[in-house]
Amino acid sequence: MLKYLFAKEDDIPQGTAAIFFGVSSIAWFIIGTGLGSFNAAKLAFPDMFHGLYALQFGHMRQVHVHAVIFGWIAMAFAASMMYITPALGNTKLWSEKLGVWNCLLYNVGLCLALALLWAGVTSGREYSDHIWPIDLYIALIMVLPWCLNVWMTVINRRTQGIYTTNWFFAGCMFMTVIVFLVGNMPEWLHLTGLNEAYMTWWFAHNILGLLITPVAAAITYYIVPKITGNPLYSHRVGHLHFWSIVVFYSTPAAHHLMSSPLPEWLKSFASVEGVLILVPAIAYVCNILLTMQGRWSMFVENIEIKFTITGVLLAIPLNMQGGFQQTRAINWYIHGTGWIVAHAHLALLGFSTFAEAASVYYGMQVLLRRKLWSASLANFHFWMLLIGFSLYWTSMTISGLIQGAAKIYEVPYVDVVIAEHPYMIVRWLGGTMVFFGNIVWLYNMVMTARAGDPVPVGRQPAEIAYTR
Amino acid sequence: MAFREYRIGCVMFGVALSLSMFITIVLPGLDISSMSSTKIALEKQLTYGWETGFNYFDPFLQGKDKPIKVTLTKNPKTGAPMDKRNAYVFPAGTHFPNGLTHDGILGDDVQKASQEIGKIDQASEEQGGVFVVSTTSDDTPYIEFASATKGWTVDATLKAADAQYLAGSGKTMFVREGCWWCHTLLPEQTQDWQSFGRPPLVGDFNGESPTTFGSDRKAPDLLHVGSRNSSREWMTMHFFNPRLVQPHSIMPRYDYLWGDVDVNGQPIDLKAWDEAYLSYAAGESIYAPDVPIPAADSEARMLIDFIINLK
Repeated sequence: MLKYLFAKEDDIPQGTAAIFFGVSSIAWFIIGTGLGSFNAAKLAFPDMFHGLYALQFGHMRQVHVHAVIFGWIAMAFAASMMYITPALGNTKLWSEKLGVWNCLLYNVGLCLALALLWAGVTSGREYSDHIWPIDLYIALIMVLPWCLNVWMTVINRRTQGIYTTNWFFAGCMFMTVIVFLVGNMPEWLHLTGLNEAYMTWWFAHNILGLLITPVAAAITYYIVPKITGNPLYSHRVGHLHFWSIVVFYSTPAAHHLMSSPLPEWLKSFASVEGVLILVPAIAYVCNILLTMQGRWSMFVENIEIKFTITGVLLAIPLNMQGGFQQTRAINWYIHGTGWIVAHAHLALLGFSTFAEAASVYYGMQVLLRRKLWSASLANFHFWMLLIGFSLYWTSMTISGLIQGAAKIYEVPYVDVVIAEHPYMIVRWLGGTMVFFGNIVWLYNMVMTARAGDPVPVGRQPAEIAYTR
Repeated sequence: MAFREYRIGCVMFGVALSLSMFITIVLPGLDISSMSSTKIALEKQLTYGWETGFNYFDPFLQGKDKPIKVTLTKNPKTGAPMDKRNAYVFPAGTHFPNGLTHDGILGDDVQKASQEIGKIDQASEEQGGVFVVSTTSDDTPYIEFASATKGWTVDATLKAADAQYLAGSGKTMFVREGCWWCHTLLPEQTQDWQSFGRPPLVGDFNGESPTTFGSDRKAPDLLHVGSRNSSREWMTMHFFNPRLVQPHSIMPRYDYLWGDVDVNGQPIDLKAWDEAYLSYAAGESIYAPDVPIPAADSEARMLIDFIINLK
C-alpha cells in the first residue's frame, strides 16, 4: 500500500484508498474491542492485572472509546465512502492518492491521539477528550481530506441525480466538520462552567447523531438494494429520513444532561425533540425492511445482508430506547446507570457496527475481485458478534436496572457493586467474544486477499458465494 | 456547479442547520451566561485556578500552576486570633481563574461587588496574592483580594495557615486519573438527595473547567463526599488499596501516586507491600501491611486533599 504514496494518480488502482481504510478499520476494531474486554475484566475483578500500572482503568477507558469510534467506526465509514461514492456516481474516486495519504495520516494521528489519552493528557470532557491540538489535527488532516474526496467525487459524478446514500455521505461529512469545530469551542475559547458542560454534550450528541447513525444508515441504503437487486422502496421516505435527521437529531443535545441544573426550557425542548428522533428512525427502518420484499431468504443465505439486516433490526430497540429513555418520566430512573452503557453499545456495537461490517465485507470482495475465503468463518464472526453483543447488552441493561432501583431505595452503593458483579462477568465474556470474533474476521480477510477465488468480471460476489 | 439541481436543497440544509445551532447553542449560551455565580462557584474557581484539564501551563496534568487553599484561625498580618476562615493563596505567577480575568463570568452583581469592595482589579498574576470569598450585607457573594484589602501577603498567609490543601492540583489528578469515569460529581435532581446530598445549582459552575460531571456512575457520587467522610486516614488507605477498607470495592489501586518515598523519606516498595498484602489476604498474617503516609508533594496527597475538600 505504501508504494502508492508517491505514485502518479493514474498508476494507483481504483479502490486502493478504500482497501487501505478497510484493513485499518478491522485492525482498529480488534484493538478497540480488545481494550474493551481488558477494561471489562477489571470491572469484574479489579486486581486481575494489578501491577500493570501503565494500563490503569481510568487511562484506558477513553482509549477504548476513541479506538472504536475513530478507529473502527470512522475508518470503516471512510472505507465505505471511498468505494460507494464513486460507484453511485458512476465515476472514479476524485483522488486515490489523497485517499491513501489520508489513511496514512489518519492512522498516525489516531496513534498519537490515543497515546496522549493513554498518558492522561486530556481535556477532561467526555467524547471530546482529545486536547485541542489533536482536535485540530483530526479536523484538518484526518477529516477534511476525507470530506474533500467525498464532495469532489459527488460533484464530478456522471449520473444526473444523487442517490440517497451519497447525499447522506456528503451532508454528514459537512455536518461532522461543523460539529467538530463548533463542539470544541470550550477548548478554542476556554469556555467554562455550564457552557462547557453543555457544549461537551452538544458535541457528543451530534457526533453520534449527525455522523455515526446516519452514515451507517446510508451504507445500508446502498448494500441492501445492491445485493438483493431490489430498488430502494422509496426515495421520498429517504428524503424524510434525511431532513428529519438534520432537524430533529441536531437539536436534543441537552437531553444528555436531564438531571443537571441546565435551564428547564432547554431540557424540555430537548426532550420533545428527542422523541421526534423517532420520525427519521421509523422512516429509515421501514424503508430498508420494505426494500427486502421478496428477498428475505437472503437474510439467511447472504452474509452481507445478514449483517446489514441484523443491524437494521437492532436499530428498532435502539431508537425506541433513544426516543423514550431521555424523557423526564424515564430518565430519572436510568440516568447514569449501566442502562445507558448498554444503549451506547446498542448504537455503536449493534446497529452501526453490523452495517459497517457488511460494507467492509462487501467492499473488500468487490475491490479485491476475490470471493470471501471462508463463508463459515464469516458466519462464525457474525454469531460471535451477535451473541457477544447480546450478552453484553442484556447484562448491562440488567445491571442498569439494578442501579436504578438502588437509587430509589437508597441502597448503600457497595451493595449495588456486589449485586452487579455477576453481570460484570457476563459483560466481560460478551466483549471478549466480540474481540475473538474480530480476530477471526481479520484472518478471513487476509486469506481472502491472498487465496480467495477470483470473482469473474460482471459477477457479484454474492451470486457465486456458494459455488465451489 | 454540479449541485445546481440541488440548489434549493443546499439552501434548506444550510438554513436548517443554522437554525438548529442558533436554538441549541446561541440561546442556551445567552441564558446560561446570564446566570450569576453562587458562593460555591467563587470558592471552586479560587480553589481550582485557571484550568484543570490540558492547558499551556500544565500540559502533562501534573498539578502545576495551582493555588493553595488554606484555613486560618489567626490574622496573617497581625497575628490576632479570628474566626476560622478559608483563604486562597496564589503564589506569584499562578494563573487566575476565568472569573478574575474575564468579564461576564461572575455575573453583574458579583463582579461589581468583587471590583468595588473586593478590589480584585488590583490583583495581578505576576505578583500573585491572597483571595477570600466574602458576602455583602445584602448576601451577594464576592471575591475579595485580601492582599489589597487586608494586607495579607502570600508568605505570611502560608505561614499562618493551620492547614494547606492542594485541592486544585488534586482536581488535575482527578481529571488525569479518570476518577470521573466512575465517580460522578452530580447528585441528580430527583432521588439522590438522601444518599449523596444537595444537587448543584445553576450558578455553582461559573468559571470551572472542566466540570467533569461524569455520566456513567459505577461508584458513589463524590460532590459532597468530604461531608460524609473527612477521615484522611481512611482516604489514604482507600486510595492505596480500596480493598483494605471496602472488601467489595472494584476501584483500582492508586498506590503508584505515592511516588518513590513516603512522608518520612522512606522508599516505598510496592512489590514487597503487595506480597505482604497477599499473605494477609490469604489469611497467613493477621494484620494488613501498613499504608505509607504520602509525602507532602506527592500526587496522592493532592488527590486526597481534593476529595476531602469536596464538602
